[in-house]
Amino acid sequence: MHDLNINGHSLSVDAPDDMPLLWVIRDILGMTGTKFGCGIAQCGACTVHIDGEATRSCITAISDVAGTSITTIEAIGETPAGKAIQAAWLNLEVAQCGYCQSGQIMSASALLAGNPKPTDADIDAAMSGNICRCGTYLRIREAIKQAAASAGAQ
Amino acid sequence: MAHVQNLRDSRVSRRTFLHAGAAVGGGLLIGWPLQGAAQPAATATQAQPFAPGAFIRIDRAGKVTVISPMIEMGQGTYTSLPMLIAEELDVAMSDVAVEPAPANAKLYGNPLIAGVQMTGGSTSIRAFYLPLRQAGAAARKMLITAAAAKLNVDAGSLTTEPGHVVHAASQRRIGYGELVDAAATLPIPSDVALKDPSAFRIIGTPAKRLDAPAKVNGSAIYGIDVRLPGMKVATVSASPVFGGTVASFDEAAALRVPGVHQVAKLDNAIAVIADHYWAAKQGLEACAVRFDDGPHATASTADVVAALATASEKPGAVATSEGDATAALAKAATRVAAIYEAPFLAHATMEPINCTVQVTSDGCDIWVGSQVPDIAQLVVSKHLGLNPEQVRIHNHLLGGGFGRRLEVDFIAQAALIAKQSKDPIKVVWSREEDIQHDMYRPYYYDRISAGLDRQGMPVAWNHRIAGSSIMARYFPAAVKDGVDPDAVEGAAEIPYAIANRHVDYVRVEPPGIPTAFWRGVGPTHNVYVVESFIDELAAAAKKDPVAYRRALLAGNPRALHVLERAAQKAGWATPLGPRQGRGIALSQSFGSYLAEVAEVTVSKSGEVHVDRVVAVVDCGVAVNPDTIVAQIESGIIFGITAALYGEITLRNGRVEQTNFDTYQMLRIDAAPAIEVEIVGSSEAPGGLGEPGTSALAPAVLNAVHAATGVRLRKLPIKPEMLAAG
Repeated sequence: MHDLNINGHSLSVDAPDDMPLLWVIRDILGMTGTKFGCGIAQCGACTVHIDGEATRSCITAISDVAGTSITTIEAIGETPAGKAIQAAWLNLEVAQCGYCQSGQIMSASALLAGNPKPTDADIDAAMSGNICRCGTYLRIREAIKQAAASAGAQ
Repeated sequence: MAHVQNLRDSRVSRRTFLHAGAAVGGGLLIGWPLQGAAQPAATATQAQPFAPGAFIRIDRAGKVTVISPMIEMGQGTYTSLPMLIAEELDVAMSDVAVEPAPANAKLYGNPLIAGVQMTGGSTSIRAFYLPLRQAGAAARKMLITAAAAKLNVDAGSLTTEPGHVVHAASQRRIGYGELVDAAATLPIPSDVALKDPSAFRIIGTPAKRLDAPAKVNGSAIYGIDVRLPGMKVATVSASPVFGGTVASFDEAAALRVPGVHQVAKLDNAIAVIADHYWAAKQGLEACAVRFDDGPHATASTADVVAALATASEKPGAVATSEGDATAALAKAATRVAAIYEAPFLAHATMEPINCTVQVTSDGCDIWVGSQVPDIAQLVVSKHLGLNPEQVRIHNHLLGGGFGRRLEVDFIAQAALIAKQSKDPIKVVWSREEDIQHDMYRPYYYDRISAGLDRQGMPVAWNHRIAGSSIMARYFPAAVKDGVDPDAVEGAAEIPYAIANRHVDYVRVEPPGIPTAFWRGVGPTHNVYVVESFIDELAAAAKKDPVAYRRALLAGNPRALHVLERAAQKAGWATPLGPRQGRGIALSQSFGSYLAEVAEVTVSKSGEVHVDRVVAVVDCGVAVNPDTIVAQIESGIIFGITAALYGEITLRNGRVEQTNFDTYQMLRIDAAPAIEVEIVGSSEAPGGLGEPGTSALAPAVLNAVHAATGVRLRKLPIKPEMLAAG
C-alpha cells in the first residue's frame, strides 16, 4: 500500500511500486483531468504538482511520492496562481481541442507561483516541455502574462 | 475536403438532405435525439422537451440544447454551430448547451460530403450555415405561434428578445420555457424567412467557446477518459511491418503480471487486458510478441521514392487540360522545370488513439472520439455480424483529429478485442503504437514545368502529381477516370490566370503503407508545390514575388486582395537582416482565400527559425471571428511543425519514428509571432480548419530562398540543406 496526499486528501492505494503516478491518478483513482500523451516525459500532458513543482507524472513512480503533497488539475483552481491562470485561459480563449491544456495550466501555474513576473525567456523555459498540437502557444504566452498582471494587481 | 467541390452536386447528398427535411416536416421528433445519445443522463430531467427537428431541444426552464451534427476537435464547432441556431432562434449563447449527435447520417449527414456524417474538410460551417439557421428560425416561429394562442393576439404583433416572446403593445413577455409544451404540438413550418445579415446579433461577434470551461479544470471528457463499471484496460502491439501477422507470444508470462486478466489475439496484433494501463503495458512487454513480417519486410522510403520517380515519368490521368501546354512550352522563351517531394506524415494527435467497447447480447456500445460516427457504426457492425443500429456510438470530444479520426481502423480493432471479453474494454495505444501504426499523409512526388514569354510571364504550365490515392480507398466513387480529386486539389485549379495548363495524376501505392487525409488534405501538398514554383518563376523572370503574382490575379479579386493586404501588413518591402528573408504564399481552397507572409532567420549552421507570420484571410461571412483567428494560428503552427520537422520514414518495413523525441513538434520557445487579419465580407462562408496549414510551408520555403538564395524542393527542411558554405 502507498499513502498519498492528493489535492489535500490522504488516501492509500494498492499499486506496484514502479507504477507511474499518472496511471494511479487516472486508472485507480479515476481522476481523468491529468492526461496521457507520450509516457516518456516528452509532451507534458501528464503534468501535476509535487510539493508545488511541475512534475511529469508519467515517469514518476508511486513509490517516489510518499510524504509529498500532490496537486492535479482538478484542484489547481484552489491556488491563487492556478485560479489566475484558469481565468486568463478563459479570457483569451486559449484552449482548442484542449487535451494538452491540463498540463499547460499545471506548468503555467507552477511558473507563476514561483515567479510572479515571468519574462518571455522564463515562459519559454517553463513551458517548452509542454506540446500543444493545436498550436495555442501565442495565447498561452499572453495568458500567462495576463495572469501575472492580474495577480500582481490584487 | 478536397473532394467537396466534386461531391457538392452529388445526388446522394441531395437525397440525404431531402430525407432529413422530410423527417423534420413529418412531425415533432420529441425526445428523438435522446435515444443512444452520448449523454443519456441529461435526458432524465427533461421530460417532454420541445424538440423541433434533429438539432434543437428546449426544456421548460428555457435551456436550449443543440445536438451538434459535427464533432468538436478544437476547431470551435461546438460554439460556431450553436451560434447559427442562437442567432435565428433568438437566445443568448449563455443559455445554450451542446451535445454530440448520435450516429445517424439521415439526420446528421454532412451535405457537402455526400451525406456522410463526417467532420472534416473544413466543411462544418459551409455545410450547416443554412440548415441550422433554418432550424433555429423554425423553432422561433413555433414559439411565437404558441405565444399568440396563449395571449390571444395575432402572431404578427409578436417579436422576440433573447429567450422570450414579446408583445410590445401590452408589454407582456413570455419565456421560451413556458411555451415549449404548446409549441411541441405544432407542425414545423417548412418555409421560414431568415434574418437579414444586417440584423445579426450573434453571427460575426466573437462568442466565448462553450467547451472552454471544462477544458481548463480537467472536467472535459475525451474518449480516453471514459470509465464504466467493470471496465478493463487493454494496450496493443500490432505488427511493426504493415501486413505482418502474429507468429508467437508468451501468454503465460503476460498472465503472471499482477493485474493482467487476459491476452487477446488478433491476426496482426496482441492485446493485453488488465485492471489498468500500467499492468496492460507490463503484460504486453512480458508477452514478447514476435511477428511474421509478411510481404513488406524490406520496404524502405528510398524504394517508395524510386517507384514514384519512375512512375511519374509517364503520363497520368488528366485532371486539367486547358489550351495546349505542350506546344506552348515548346515555343516559350524560357523554360523552368523542377521536382518537388513531400514526405509521409503522421497525425500525432495529443490524445493517443483509443476506443472503449462493450459487446453485449443485444449489440455493442462504443465510446470514442470519432470524426465519422456513422462509418464507425457500419464498419463495426460488419466486423461483429450485427445490424448497424445494434452498434451504439457514444461520441466524445476529440483530443485532436487532423484526419486521424476520420479512420476507424482502431475502432474495429477495439471491437474485435472486446468481443473476446464479457467486460467493457478500453483499448489505449501507447504513443509508440500511435506513431508507428498511423495511416499516413502520402509521400508525393511532383514534376512541374512552365514556359515563360519574353516578359517572364507564364504561358505554359505542366504539373504531374504522383502519389497514393486516399480517395480510391475512402470514397472510390469520387475517383473519375483515374483522377483522385483530393490528390489534385489546389493543383487542378489554381488562383492564377495561365493560358495553357496541363495537370495529371499518377496513382502509385506505397507497399503496405496505409495512407490517409491529413490537415489541409490535397492543398497542403499542392499549394506547397504551386506556390513554391510560382516563386521560382518570379525569380527566373527577375521579378518581385508579390508583383509577379499580382499580375496573374487580375481576374481573381478576392485572391488579389488578400495577397496585397498581407504584403502590406507584413511590410513586404522593409529590409531584413543578413540570412533573413520574407516569403509569401497564397491559398484558395475550402471556399476561403488566404495569404501568408513568413519571415525567417537561417543560422550559419542551417537552422531555420520562423520569426513572424502574417496572415490575411477572406472566408466570406465570419461566424465566430476569434475562432477563425485561432484556427489560422493553429494551422500555422501545425504547418511549421511539418515544414521543419515532419517526416515519417521506413526501414525494413518499419516506421522509424516512435514518439515525440523522434517525431518532433514545434514548441513554444520556437513559435513565431503571428498576426491574423480577417477581411470583412458578406460572401458565403468558407472553411478555416485547414487553409492556415496549407499555405505555411511554401511561405517559409520562399522566405528561406529570400534569405539564402537556396531553393528547397523537398520537405522537411533540414539544416544540412542550408548550412553556410
